[in-house]
Amino acid sequence: MSLRSAPRSVSNIRALPVLALAAFGVIPLLGNDYWFTAILIPWLILSLAGIGLNLLTGYAGQLSVGTAAFMSIGAYTAYNFALRLPELPLLASFAAAGCSAALVGAVVGLPSMRIKGFYLVVCTLTVQFFVEWVFTRYRWFSNDNASGLVSVPPLSVLGYNLSNPLGRYMITLTVVTALTALAVGIATSELGRRFMAVRDMDTAAAVIGIPVRRTKLLAFAISSFYCGVAGALWGFTYLGSFDPHAWDLTRSFQVLFIIIIGGMGSILGNFLGAAFILLLPIAMSQLASLLFGGWIDQGALENYKKIVFGTLIVVFLIKEPLGLAKLWRSSRERARLWPLRQW
Amino acid sequence: MELLIETLVGGLLAGIMYSLVALGFVLIYKASGVFNFAQGAMVLFAALTFVCLVERGFSFALAFGASLLAMCVVAVAIERFVLRHLVNRSPVTLFMATLGVSYVLEGVAQAIWGADVHGLELGIDDIPVPVLGMRLSRFDLFASLIAGLLVTVLSLAATKTRIGLSLRAVADDPLAALSVGVRLPAIWRTVWSLAGLVGLIAGLLWGARSGVQFSLTLVVLKAMPVLIIGGFDSIGGAIMGGLIVGAAEKLAEAELGPIIGGGIENWFPYLLAVGFLMLRPSGLFGDRAIERV
Repeated sequence: MSLRSAPRSVSNIRALPVLALAAFGVIPLLGNDYWFTAILIPWLILSLAGIGLNLLTGYAGQLSVGTAAFMSIGAYTAYNFALRLPELPLLASFAAAGCSAALVGAVVGLPSMRIKGFYLVVCTLTVQFFVEWVFTRYRWFSNDNASGLVSVPPLSVLGYNLSNPLGRYMITLTVVTALTALAVGIATSELGRRFMAVRDMDTAAAVIGIPVRRTKLLAFAISSFYCGVAGALWGFTYLGSFDPHAWDLTRSFQVLFIIIIGGMGSILGNFLGAAFILLLPIAMSQLASLLFGGWIDQGALENYKKIVFGTLIVVFLIKEPLGLAKLWRSSRERARLWPLRQW
Repeated sequence: MELLIETLVGGLLAGIMYSLVALGFVLIYKASGVFNFAQGAMVLFAALTFVCLVERGFSFALAFGASLLAMCVVAVAIERFVLRHLVNRSPVTLFMATLGVSYVLEGVAQAIWGADVHGLELGIDDIPVPVLGMRLSRFDLFASLIAGLLVTVLSLAATKTRIGLSLRAVADDPLAALSVGVRLPAIWRTVWSLAGLVGLIAGLLWGARSGVQFSLTLVVLKAMPVLIIGGFDSIGGAIMGGLIVGAAEKLAEAELGPIIGGGIENWFPYLLAVGFLMLRPSGLFGDRAIERV
């Protein structure tokens, strides 16, 4: 992949305390239940899944369309841990979710030692269909429920019941913040540079002494860990009850679109891309009902959304392959220089 | 035993249907190095256009011509608005662009023609006919005939005609082809139109089988293992891959299904394909890529 971006020092470190204060302090006071459950929680979780895929695709250059499969592995692991070991803390079952997804991810990554490109896409598609089939076919995973639908137990952390929207938001925010910090660490560490070396030219990376196979496997495992935790959060704090079809191929594509639009090889981009993907359909529905007031029926609107999304994907790939993250950076740069012009 | 053979032959015939979809991929991959995920959307677009025109009173030939024309317009638009701007970008970027294209095509097709399920009658009944003591579906036999015809015509066109020669030149070495005066954009338009024609035929056959509806786009997912097994750049490989996938899928469902549970046809071909990949990383008939640093 020819997307090059060197790891940058965190230049906006001063903004972090403000952001943290806003996310942990101000939003819980201002937000209402609709914002928590319909926008903020899915936004954070999709951003986390985006980080997972971005580490694999944007940084290490291995395209995957099996993101949703890893998310569902995470969700069902967390569910089974919570169901069968009720004394286990919630966050520990999330960690277990990540670890089991990482384990499967490492196995899925094995073919990447030998094959690459589209052929690898097919390997990840295999996982996507296989995992969906396993969870639908073997009811043990869903506690022998006939329809495969499971409901998660009440969420409690340290004895506090956090099942209300605010509590679920706080759980999600805490997990996502911690893992995002870790991801920034990975991206700027030696490991992150190895990922990028493998992405830019794996033969050259091997020549300068990077263990390409181990690096690829590690990328798969770490990426799957993130997706697994994101899946557990999606099942526990967003959906509440779920069946295997909550993580079908469409979800995988959704996460892929997040990193295309947000920006490959960027951590911030995942948050921008996820916000865009979530808010655009809502904005389009609002706009349609505002302008045409019921003239456009739901089915037609779905088609227009598809057209807009497809067009945006193509436009971003052509005009701004580094996505919204790059736009954000360059507009900041321009704002910093204003009123002087950038030549 | 007899049942086994009948299952096998039935699978082989069904596999031909997968090959038909895979053919469109191979054409485009050979000439432009694009792994065209939008092929499924093109199948839907073509079939939906055809069936809606027929329902509006067009004759078969007229509707076929009009749909083909529509596919050519799509091909020209894709070249003009997508491919032209993505020259020299990585194959994975091109793949993701076709994902976007498939969304647009699906949206446009359904915005114009609606999302209803349309029945399609080609005049061939899906009745079993006895062949060599086996009972085979007449429709499947017809489909394999069409596929065989299509492959023959395409191979002949590739080897005997001038445009076929330039297609092969581009597939072999785009830069060298450019330098001797082959027009790349024109080739792309031709190839994408051809893929549209293949998609139209595949769409008609698949549509007659299962109704013209949104799920037609999913045949793209059936074609993927076929391509892996046959190799992305081999027309003969697409046929062989289809046969292997079709037969293996039916046999697995019949033999393995009762043991580990039914409904495995969604992923079994993929597993098979990955198995093949581990042995031969560029497919049975694919060209082995040589990389330079």
